[in-house]
Amino acid sequence: MDRGGHYGAGSGGVPRWDDASRQQPQEQDASSLVRPYAVTGGRVKPRYDLAIEALVTAAPYPPRDVSMLTPEYRAIMDLCRSARSVAEVSALLRLPLGVARVLVADMALEGLLRLHQSRPAGTQPDLRLLERVLSGLRKL
Amino acid sequence: MGGPETDLVSVKIVVGGGFGVGKTTFVGSVSEIMPLTTEAVMTAASADVDDLSAVPDKTTTTVAMDFGRVSLDSELILYLFGTPGQHRFWFMWDDLVKGAIGAVVLVDTRRLADCFAAVDYFEELGLPFVVGVNGFHGEFQYGVEDIREALSISAHVPIVECDARSRESTKQVLITLVQHAMSVHMAAAGPGGS
Repeated sequence: MDRGGHYGAGSGGVPRWDDASRQQPQEQDASSLVRPYAVTGGRVKPRYDLAIEALVTAAPYPPRDVSMLTPEYRAIMDLCRSARSVAEVSALLRLPLGVARVLVADMALEGLLRLHQSRPAGTQPDLRLLERVLSGLRKL
Repeated sequence: MGGPETDLVSVKIVVGGGFGVGKTTFVGSVSEIMPLTTEAVMTAASADVDDLSAVPDKTTTTVAMDFGRVSLDSELILYLFGTPGQHRFWFMWDDLVKGAIGAVVLVDTRRLADCFAAVDYFEELGLPFVVGVNGFHGEFQYGVEDIREALSISAHVPIVECDARSRESTKQVLITLVQHAMSVHMAAAGPGGS
């Protein structure tokens, strides 16, 4: 067998992973989550502009049965029981940043995640927020 | 329902400087978590999103960024992002820098030229920044004004000596940056502004 080939294993290359995961939800190793842009349906642009530091939390009452979600979605829901940034979702689930962004934006639109982005992405904090940051830093 | 969580807010500060200058050490000294790494995979598919004209072929490149997190109060989280060291990944920086409070440029006086790119970048962007001179083992070979001259940094930009390993030192650099960002804000707002 050619051990060097990255894509050599599949005979026929049928993407059975997707179907299997839908029918039998099971715990997945985090490394299996890396499947860049396949999990986003090939999209590279999120549905709306998310800052990398934008915080998300799992919706307390998700509109869908969480156990029926894809492994990526479920992993993100689990992670976001406490507030996480898009960057943390990417790093902790080993998803490329662009993929994490697309998934988080989709999940927010579906009502699975709550997005805490108080100002539009790319807007600098105002003076009041800077004062809060300053006083927080001083108390560290 | 969890009412107050809607008030959660995050801010970010960018840490720039040459490769190996201590960016991740700086981030880690104050972060409440071990610095994490996020990777951005740049492929041909993203060519329409980002300007890849500087990258010759349609290849896949992974750019890694380290970052840390500091809870400043129960509803305010500060993220510190280290910029990717390679200069050609400007597109990554743009993404990072948008909406940041400002930047810290870390400088190693033995390799002063390594930070030129970061200084140029933040200056051009008009992002408030401070220069942190990272003294290894408390050694500062050059005075702050020598460094200011060598980097041709304007007089209003703070330059502070620091030790990237020290939480207290890093905290002071961040405080200096936030104060600087506030004065930039107030100057921009003009005498009548608030």
